[in-house]
Amino acid sequence: MSEENLLQVEDVSKIYGYGFLGRVKFPAVDHVTLSMENKPKIFTIAGESGCGKTTLARMMLGMVKPTAGTILYRGKNVHNLKSKDRTWFLREVQAIFQDPFDTFNPLKRVDTYLYETASNLLKLKNDEEIRGKIEEALRFTGLSLEEITGKYPNEFSGGQIQRVSIARALLPKPRLIVADEPVSMVDASIRINILNMFKALLTKTGTSFIYITHDLATAYYISDEIAIMYRGMIVEIGPAEKVLLKRHHPYTQALVKSLPEPGKKEEWKTRVNAPGMEIKEFLSPGCKYADICPHKTERCVKEKPPLFEIGDVKVACWLYE
Amino acid sequence: MDVVLKADDLSGGYLLVQKGSSEKNEVYVDAVSDVSLQLERNEIFGIAGESGCGKSTLLKMIYGLLEPPLILRGGSVTFITVDGEIPITSLSENDLRRRVWWKKISYIPQSSMNVLNPTVRIRDHFIEMFTFHARMTKNEAYAEARKYIDQMGLPRDVLSAFPHQLSGGMRQRVVIALSLLLNPNIVLADEPTSALDVISQKVVLTMLEEAQKELKNTLVIVSHDLGIHGVMTHRMGIMYAGKIVEIGKTEEIFEDPLHPYSEALIRSLPKLGDKKQRTGLGGHPPDLKKPPSGCRFHPRCPYAMPICSRTPPKMKMIKPGRYVACWKNSMEE
Ligand SMILES: Nc1ncnc2c1ncn2[C@@H]1O[C@H](COP(=O)(O)OP(=O)(O)O)[C@@H](O)[C@H]1O
Ligand SMILES: Nc1ncnc2c1ncn2[C@@H]1O[C@H](COP(=O)(O)OP(=O)(O)O)[C@@H](O)[C@H]1O
Ligand SMILES: [Mg+2]
Ligand SMILES: [Mg+2]
Repeated sequence: MSEENLLQVEDVSKIYGYGFLGRVKFPAVDHVTLSMENKPKIFTIAGESGCGKTTLARMMLGMVKPTAGTILYRGKNVHNLKSKDRTWFLREVQAIFQDPFDTFNPLKRVDTYLYETASNLLKLKNDEEIRGKIEEALRFTGLSLEEITGKYPNEFSGGQIQRVSIARALLPKPRLIVADEPVSMVDASIRINILNMFKALLTKTGTSFIYITHDLATAYYISDEIAIMYRGMIVEIGPAEKVLLKRHHPYTQALVKSLPEPGKKEEWKTRVNAPGMEIKEFLSPGCKYADICPHKTERCVKEKPPLFEIGDVKVACWLYE
Repeated sequence: MDVVLKADDLSGGYLLVQKGSSEKNEVYVDAVSDVSLQLERNEIFGIAGESGCGKSTLLKMIYGLLEPPLILRGGSVTFITVDGEIPITSLSENDLRRRVWWKKISYIPQSSMNVLNPTVRIRDHFIEMFTFHARMTKNEAYAEARKYIDQMGLPRDVLSAFPHQLSGGMRQRVVIALSLLLNPNIVLADEPTSALDVISQKVVLTMLEEAQKELKNTLVIVSHDLGIHGVMTHRMGIMYAGKIVEIGKTEEIFEDPLHPYSEALIRSLPKLGDKKQRTGLGGHPPDLKKPPSGCRFHPRCPYAMPICSRTPPKMKMIKPGRYVACWKNSMEE
């Protein structure tokens, strides 16, 4: 039952206004359902920019209210938490954002910020104890308190400050970390260190992750399960291995074919269609990928495909009815 | 080797005046340091490396675009045409504009919005190019622009649009079309797809690649994304902290990277379908205001020897077409 799940997203939608006056309403997240077992796992939400990943993440974090549907964290509705539960939720679930500089106040020393976070979130008063917790968290990310003390955010490189923001997220020993494109602004040689850190946290401390990315190669590297989104809807969801290697949905196929990887020159050269017009696709009553799908039929344009089950993968495509 | 452009010991960077308390303080960002490289006719050459290593600066210097605070410190860039050599580094901006830019060498800067004037319709960008460089009348130019847009496979209605009305991918295709308009010998593209999603990226890169094949000219692609080099470039140079550390055929570098930095970069790349544990590099790239002594990679290099922190290694040919600047590679054999 849902109480056993760590996270349960049930038929969640978010409607936004489009354009200058926002008069045209469109679903930035469109009837999304997914769940995470209460076991250490990395669940990836992947898709190209504008497909609704950040909106979904913010709803999971209780920062944005869904227009419809509910999100339960260990059985509790994250948008309807009583004050005691709210404190509990804020400790259990942590966020890491794409631009680590967003996490920090540019005018505040990074170590001061960590002290404040530790004392607020952990309700600690004792300086020694706070310092101990901060050191422990920093050590995990390969940093030391000494290295960061007295520095302001702009004195760090992008990779370093992202590590500090991860350390901040680790302070309350969260059970779930929602990481929204945590490595897309970090250099390749350091990117993998951060991903390895996530894997190590998973095995050592049992922390689960929602990893949000547009990069399928890193998604494959660390995820247990994955949902692929297009224009607000989940087009394919299941074990990462199967979704990314079997590729049932035509959109998943196009994404993987477009991924530039050394040694895949020939595969990369096969043609794919450029994405269509954003708002038109968002508002389509049928499959939102239909416009540019090579398998499009009349039905696809008119009728939205439900998720069809193929083993433990679910695919929203009429090809698999 | 049929060389179309060469850079010899090219050095340059940003000379900044820092407002200190009393005396004027000059700081130099050593962004491009002793770079030598040769571009061939009919090839796609890649410049790889992580952010801040000097890729964009190198490209600007090759183009001759020396806007303050960027200065040339030494070395030269020579463009070799069938009618003789053109010394890019000693031409005035006026001469470059008249003789070289757009016609012979075109440059696509990192943000396409730097090419397209936001208040000018796409149509008028093309018309201006034709009237300025080909001395056409406005009407002739418009007719020519329409023909050209069709040829490039772009929808005609982009002509009447303003830049901001187009998607990022479409805008980038327009910029590429503009850069190819006068049939240049060399096209320099700086991160042409870094703001785009993978599918739009592929559409844009395919357009560049097809044009190169047809024109048989030289395309230089700067990208921090090694995957792009893997699928697009024939040869590439890998940069670290203002230096080119390795040059060779793209496939050979991926198969057998010789410089420890190239090796680390390639080893750290996750691949779809391969769950093997990857490892990254410790530390971080140096501040180019005070680059490390000797080999600039030595503080992060797992193979560093005493000489590495003392003397910078020279680029050395290891085998035909393969150059590496590393003491480890110079000692062996
Ligand atoms: N606060 C907002 N108001 C209106 N539209 C929004 C808002 N936030 C996001 N959007 C729109 O919703 C869609 C999904 O955005 P987002 O969740 O940020 O996608 P992603 O993170 O996958 O790039 C986009 O079209 C975006 O422009
Ligand atoms: N206009 C500028 N003024 C001062 N420093 C600059 C300027 N542009 C770039 N730099 C510095 O020069 C170095 C190389 O930058 P750049 O060539 O843009 O690298 P890349 O394109 O590889 O990311 C970096 O240290 C960067 O901070
Ligand atoms: Mg986002
Ligand atoms: Mg650059």
